Amino acid sequence: MEEKAIICKDLTKQFGGFYAVSNISFEVNRGEIFGFLGANGAGKTTAMRILCGLSFPTSGEATVAGFNVYNQQESIKKNIGYMSQKFSLYENLSIMENIEFFGGVYGLSRPEIKERSNKLVEDLGLKKEAKKMVGGLPLGWKQKLAFSVAIFHRPKIVFLDEPTGGVDPVTRRQFWDMIYDAAASGITIFVTTHYMDEAEYCNRVSIMVDGRLEALDTPGNLKKRFSSDSMDEVFYNLARRALRKDD
Amino acid sequence: MKQLFVFIRKEFYHVFRDPRTLLIMFGLPLVQIILFGFALTSEVKNAHIFISDNAQDVQTTQIIQKIKSSSYFSVEEAVIGNKKIESILRRGNTRCVLIFPPNFGNDLLHTGKAQVQIIADGSDPNTAKTIINYLTSIISEYQHQVYSTASLPFQIIPETRMLYNEEGNGSLNYIPGVMALILMIVCTALTSVSIVKEKELGTMEVLLVSPFKPVMVLISKAVPYLLLSLVNFTFILLLSVFVLDVEIKGNLSLLFFESTLFIITCLSFGLLISNTTNSQQTALLLSMMGMMLPTIIFTGFLFPLENMPLIFRLISNLVPAKWYFTIIKCVMLKGLGFQYVWKETLVLIGMTIFLLTVSLKNFKIRLQ
Repeated sequence: MEEKAIICKDLTKQFGGFYAVSNISFEVNRGEIFGFLGANGAGKTTAMRILCGLSFPTSGEATVAGFNVYNQQESIKKNIGYMSQKFSLYENLSIMENIEFFGGVYGLSRPEIKERSNKLVEDLGLKKEAKKMVGGLPLGWKQKLAFSVAIFHRPKIVFLDEPTGGVDPVTRRQFWDMIYDAAASGITIFVTTHYMDEAEYCNRVSIMVDGRLEALDTPGNLKKRFSSDSMDEVFYNLARRALRKDD
Repeated sequence: MKQLFVFIRKEFYHVFRDPRTLLIMFGLPLVQIILFGFALTSEVKNAHIFISDNAQDVQTTQIIQKIKSSSYFSVEEAVIGNKKIESILRRGNTRCVLIFPPNFGNDLLHTGKAQVQIIADGSDPNTAKTIINYLTSIISEYQHQVYSTASLPFQIIPETRMLYNEEGNGSLNYIPGVMALILMIVCTALTSVSIVKEKELGTMEVLLVSPFKPVMVLISKAVPYLLLSLVNFTFILLLSVFVLDVEIKGNLSLLFFESTLFIITCLSFGLLISNTTNSQQTALLLSMMGMMLPTIIFTGFLFPLENMPLIFRLISNLVPAKWYFTIIKCVMLKGLGFQYVWKETLVLIGMTIFLLTVSLKNFKIRLQ
């Protein structure tokens, strides 16, 4: 398999005269935890939508898991997982039914689903709850389950869009343990977040301001470069230069 | 194909686990059929009338017997003066007062002419007219029976028949209307709400990122509701046959074909609505306003279209339910075949294609 999970070169998305994403270039290594930061309206979501095969760039090149974003969207979709900030499982389906459904949507065979889902509920310690409706679970559990479902079909890359919004610190920590486990098993993690302590957990971090990529390095190097003590300060120094308002 | 099956199974889980959906789906037809079948009839049954028989002879007694034996009236009898008539009507529960003058029988036998006065409560004109019609027909029937040839040299006796509905069963006209109404509520509202719900929950995003094709999302939403609507349609048919004594005269498979077509029309409309909004409330409101009101007003099952101003009659042509209503009436009540409804069918097909094209196009645009 190719070493680079994602390659972007001069990627641009233009809506009329507005550059939502403007000439961003970066590469993400296989098995890396890649933090994708930026204030609201900086263009994170637009860039992510292109990489997920939901929209086309205006210009520039990008490949995800070795597939071109212009003409291989279907192949991209088969090789990625996705989890959004909104809780995205069905509340009136049981844990098992949710897993079976999403496994089925990704075209897994019935025995595969059965084997993996049994292991999954065991690992999560949810074996007793497996037949209960997801709606009744605490939020922390729901988020962990959603992440497990997002990587259930063993994608090469998983996109996490602010996965820990509204979750308590302890659960967040546990959530990141899961992310590390997934990365260790070779899945590339592409994560957006507003929590700067989470940015510290990433191997490398990129920061977008006004549609441009302003910084890209390891958290340690970024702190050195901006002579700051924390990622919080780094982010603040960059993000306050933004001309765009939140939206 | 397997993915589609997985998806459709999931939709059925949703439907059967949501009591509100089930209530709308099967409670609504039941309530509507009962309401329209029994409560909202234009027939008059057991109307309270007052008879003042000032003659008290053989003839009046015979006529009163006839009136009493019909199921239309409950009769109260007493001899009252002219001044009291109004006060009786003012009580409110009496619909009509029938007065036989003194010497009614004598006049009839000797002069060949007798008068009877019917005073009805005109504040409810439809009921009043119906009651007057019933009473006059009972009286003239008596006249023909007893003095058929005696009186006049020339007689025109109108032979009337209510074709396709000889008994004057009021539910006949409502059934096709109720069918259109229910199919539309179920198909349009439930479909659009179920799609918009996924948008609200964020699961739509996940589905769109998955290799599952967007068009397949729509198909898998539509198929369960199509099946459920057909079950629903069967349920309504059974209700109308066994509860309301409506006889299905036409071809059953033609009936199902036309209904399937109409269901698809409604589903397409539901898809269109779900494209234009992101909240369940808006979707519900739109489908109710966009479908229910026009259906009730413009199909012609409650208010006759012929009486409407031209502009409204033109608007009514845009309402799919109007065409479906016409088709169902022809097939179910008159027993007509396809050759009589192909024009209406064509209109429905056209509407469906139009709605589907617009909604599929919109769905793609929203993905960008």
